[in-house]
Amino acid sequence: MTATLAPVLTRNWGTDRSWTLEEYKAQGGYEALSKAFAMKPEEVISEVKDSGLRGRGGAGFPTGMKWSFVPQDNPKPKYLVVNGDESEPGTCKDIPLLMASPHTLIEGVIISAYAINAHTAFIYVRGEVVHPIRRMQRAIEEAYEAGLLGKNILGSGFDLDVIVHAGAGAYICGEETALLNSLEGLRGQPRLRPPFPAVAGLYQSPTVVNNVESIASVPSIIKYGKDWFAGMGTEKSQGFTIYSLSGHVRRPGQYEAPFGITMRQLLTMAGGIRTGHELKFFTPGGSSTPILTADHLDTVMDFESLAGLGTMLGTKAMQVFDDTTSVIRTTLRWVEFYKHESCGKCTPCREGTWWLVQLLTKLEAGQGEEGDVDKLLNVADTITGKSFCPLVEGAVACVTSAVKYFREEFEIGYTTPAWEHLPYEKSALFTIADKEVRS
Amino acid sequence: MTETVPMAEMVTVTIDGTMVQVPKGTLAIRAAEAAGIAIPRFCDHPLLDPAGACRQCMIEIVDFGNGRGFPRPQPACTTETAEGMVLNTQETSNAAAKAQADILELLLINHPLDCPVCDKGGECPLQNQAMAQGRCETRFEGTKRHFPKPIPLSELLLLDRERCVMCTRCTRFADQISGDPMISLVERGAKQQVGIYPEEPYDSYFSGNAVQICPVGALTSSDYRFSARPFDLVSTVSTCENCAAGCEIRVDARRGEVKRRNAGENPEVNEEWTCDRGRFGFVSNRGEDRITKPMIRKGKKWEPISWPEALSIAVKALRKANDRVGVLTSGRLTLETAYTYSKFARTVLKTNSIDFRARPSSSEEADFLATQVAGRKDSITYADLEKAKKVILVAFEPEDESPMVFLRLRKAVRKKGLQVETLAPFMSRGSQKLGATLTLTAPSELPKAIEASEADADTIILVGEVLAQIPGGLTAVVDKVEASSAKMVWIPRRAGEIGAIEAGCLPGLLPGGHPVSDTTAVKDLEALWGTELPTTQGLDASELLKKAAQGDLKVLITAGIEAGDFRDSQEVIDALENTFVISFESRMSDVTKYAKVVFPVALLEETEGTFLNWEYRAGIVRQAINQQRTPLTEIRILAALAEALGSNLGFRTPMGAADSLAEIPIWGGAKPTPDKVKATEVPTLDKGQLVVSTWRELLDDSRCLDGADSLRATSRPIAAKVSVGTAKDAGLEDATTVRIASEKGSLILPLVLDPTMVDGVIWVPTRAKGHALSSIGVGLGSTVAVDSPDSKEGEK
Repeated sequence: MTATLAPVLTRNWGTDRSWTLEEYKAQGGYEALSKAFAMKPEEVISEVKDSGLRGRGGAGFPTGMKWSFVPQDNPKPKYLVVNGDESEPGTCKDIPLLMASPHTLIEGVIISAYAINAHTAFIYVRGEVVHPIRRMQRAIEEAYEAGLLGKNILGSGFDLDVIVHAGAGAYICGEETALLNSLEGLRGQPRLRPPFPAVAGLYQSPTVVNNVESIASVPSIIKYGKDWFAGMGTEKSQGFTIYSLSGHVRRPGQYEAPFGITMRQLLTMAGGIRTGHELKFFTPGGSSTPILTADHLDTVMDFESLAGLGTMLGTKAMQVFDDTTSVIRTTLRWVEFYKHESCGKCTPCREGTWWLVQLLTKLEAGQGEEGDVDKLLNVADTITGKSFCPLVEGAVACVTSAVKYFREEFEIGYTTPAWEHLPYEKSALFTIADKEVRS
Repeated sequence: MTETVPMAEMVTVTIDGTMVQVPKGTLAIRAAEAAGIAIPRFCDHPLLDPAGACRQCMIEIVDFGNGRGFPRPQPACTTETAEGMVLNTQETSNAAAKAQADILELLLINHPLDCPVCDKGGECPLQNQAMAQGRCETRFEGTKRHFPKPIPLSELLLLDRERCVMCTRCTRFADQISGDPMISLVERGAKQQVGIYPEEPYDSYFSGNAVQICPVGALTSSDYRFSARPFDLVSTVSTCENCAAGCEIRVDARRGEVKRRNAGENPEVNEEWTCDRGRFGFVSNRGEDRITKPMIRKGKKWEPISWPEALSIAVKALRKANDRVGVLTSGRLTLETAYTYSKFARTVLKTNSIDFRARPSSSEEADFLATQVAGRKDSITYADLEKAKKVILVAFEPEDESPMVFLRLRKAVRKKGLQVETLAPFMSRGSQKLGATLTLTAPSELPKAIEASEADADTIILVGEVLAQIPGGLTAVVDKVEASSAKMVWIPRRAGEIGAIEAGCLPGLLPGGHPVSDTTAVKDLEALWGTELPTTQGLDASELLKKAAQGDLKVLITAGIEAGDFRDSQEVIDALENTFVISFESRMSDVTKYAKVVFPVALLEETEGTFLNWEYRAGIVRQAINQQRTPLTEIRILAALAEALGSNLGFRTPMGAADSLAEIPIWGGAKPTPDKVKATEVPTLDKGQLVVSTWRELLDDSRCLDGADSLRATSRPIAAKVSVGTAKDAGLEDATTVRIASEKGSLILPLVLDPTMVDGVIWVPTRAKGHALSSIGVGLGSTVAVDSPDSKEGEK
């Protein structure tokens, strides 16, 4: 099976000034919008439902179905919220999209808002990424100037305002209810569900929260049809998606392909592992998805196949690590991230990440004691399955999967510091001197 | 408490094999309680919205009611019950028990485990649950999280962040129940902590509740901290004496001294809350000025004398006075004590000159109390407030005057969509928190505003005691009720006022609502008491004071009154100086200063009795401490005086008084029809003149709060308020202080411009420390001259 790319979302990323309205239109942009306005909102929902589009933010929930949950008889305003709080280690697909082709998202936003009858949409973008936020804001200005946003869009009678909101630096705000709290100016902590956002979301009004990539996929579905979309991919994971490869590969980057592609194919396209090295492990979908190893290279990268391996497709972010990498070090860095990003609301996450970091730090320094690996697993088990939201499960997942495949390496942490066992400079992609030159 | 709504759909749930019926949607943790199963919890509190934060209450959901279970334990505090649900708690499910032990282990890894020096040790849910459900040994060998401790959240509250388990009960209470979200979570992850905005302390009237519901030792009060161990305390359930709300409280004493007070659980009254005044304001009689022996004044010198001597001096004076005597009780007495004074005045002194209103009052009010309040007619209750569609506040500020009424109104606003309208001169903080509609009303316009208000049968009008100061105000309320079929309730500030009315501590009113003007009523009581009663109308408080000042009153008996509580304190002093005062007091005061004889009386915690709250609900006061050298109760002293005067009250104890009162039926006959009092014309103001609006703030210069310095430090900043326009007209737009002058003197207060304020009015707290309005003889509706003390004009 040869690897085939299917550039839809990424198709225009390479063109000159791809982020401008002019260039986007020259590539056939906003054609889907006119087509959507000729349809009834519920027809748009059916089209998206039937295309098999599943949420690209990690959970893979069918997008059209989410839209159909919005109670249209609720007298309150409906809101569309686009989740662009991309903050997970490894995940890097939405921000390039905002940077390269913000109009793809805007077109998707207009069609999606039209489908759910929302007249205000928010694009919540991770606050640290200033350039994409500016691109997005400028693109929205252009869209308003061109009559693509505001009152009576393209004479359709449909009104829509779009607001870009910059987050304040919290991973948890990628969780949809925490995001809504943050948007409302409240503390970024997840809300109790039910009620679900579709019923009582932003300002207690019906709200759809979708990932950037999900919404950006909508124009192509409308333009080319559900069958075109559903014709790609596997039986239950239809269409195309962006795979993001990073780490010890020769050509890291975004690879847009239909579901069904294997890790081996993706790795080949990315130029393989650095010369002289072998794949040690990789994340299939960002740091919160349990890792896989070279044994899993032929796994089909879709929702079902990865679930079958006890992991998840997540955000399709493959962080690739070669044989120079210390798995203890990697795991500790990830868990430190979760500790830093824990919102503090619930006990397992707040206290559990605190504990895991201490256990792993000991192992990294070669100061572990006999039984510490079992204790690590035990503590992970203490934490898992009890939290308010899934954030801490990411921390648990990297620990348990790492121990599952590399237990011996963790046990070396009883006697030898990880940096002695696998010298850290060997896994660096750039030397310190290089870094200084580059900066 | 589970809200049991009639006709609610009931579902059957099986918990640990026990079937229970609960209203659909009841949280699993409540349903388990109904089945007699306690699930450990920290963040859950029945009166707060569910949070699901601590994750301690994990249970196994075997069947969600749809044939399917959950693979992993779920928190019982956020799981709503549905028909056919099967739940297993830690009692029957290993998975639930393990999940709970896991959470407890996690909660303890960063906990300082300083139980031996923690105030909560011994009554700590964390400690108890760690003992019951936790593992014996810790597996955590790392570094614990450290914070400097404790840090103050206010003068009253201290926070130990290391002990905190982030249950957010305190922040949710502050936000949801009291509407004072001055404490909040700050930072995140393991560094998350409760905090305040810098320099804005948690000065809520209800902050003490946060300490009480804290399930660990994180929140402590500066007053009680390190002063006792829970297992050394003896708890007594009693009733708070600080206002007419009738809160059930738990008085904790050690070795003859009350150490702290907590809110009791009375779902019908205070639920599980109480205000900070009720909780912390109980130390005023502990000072050096506590009187434990009868005293006699010789010139300016006080000498302790024996009980027989004191009694004989009092008796001599009373004999000489004949019927030129009067009794001023106060609103702080229990029903039984008030009744004893009432009976003593009528049967021993043979006078009707008794008045409990040691505060601004009027004859219109006396008539109102006799006809509208006395006699326990179907009173409005807290539950009625919760059921009402609309409530109108007339000269009534619930947050300051009856904090539990405030909390209940807020609950109804939040949960049941109650509409609150306030006839007030500005949007007070309390009204804001009630989401009230403000009908801007200057004091003198109250009668008109009452008449103009929209009310129907689903409306309850809440009337405050200051309305007595506006002629025609109470009359307008009565007329409004007749015209609109709205319900009405008068809510006094003091705990003993309803009791005093029932006991007949009014010149025109005998116990049980019997009017003095009705011969049958008097005859009835004569038969019951077995003695002849005076039939002439007595003198009320202001008449008594006037008479005394003129030297026409030979003896004045006072019970716990304060000159500063009246409208004009100088008038009180003038009266006291010109008569023979027999004072019943527990400590020296500005009244005892002028007394000839002072009888020391027992403190409330040393005696027993009843307070009738504004609903007419009896709150039992129980003896909490038993002192060796206790002064006598007022009932005992009055009984002795009666006997020395050759009479007999028939009882010497609170129980005896209660029995005697119980024999008196409620007057069922006709009530006098008082004259309708016309509202006075709205005054025309000269330049530089304003009308005073005022009420007493919860925390002010009240002598009951003496010694509770931390509590007083949380009171609201002292300030007068005027509107922006009025400030401009009065040349005060740039002033930071204002001088308020009457014929009797002037006060200088900080000035605040309030954008919601009605024009032509200046609002002043009635009794702020050092700024009592009574010191210049001014009350609600008075016209005063105002100017800026900084201006040249002011210096003239």
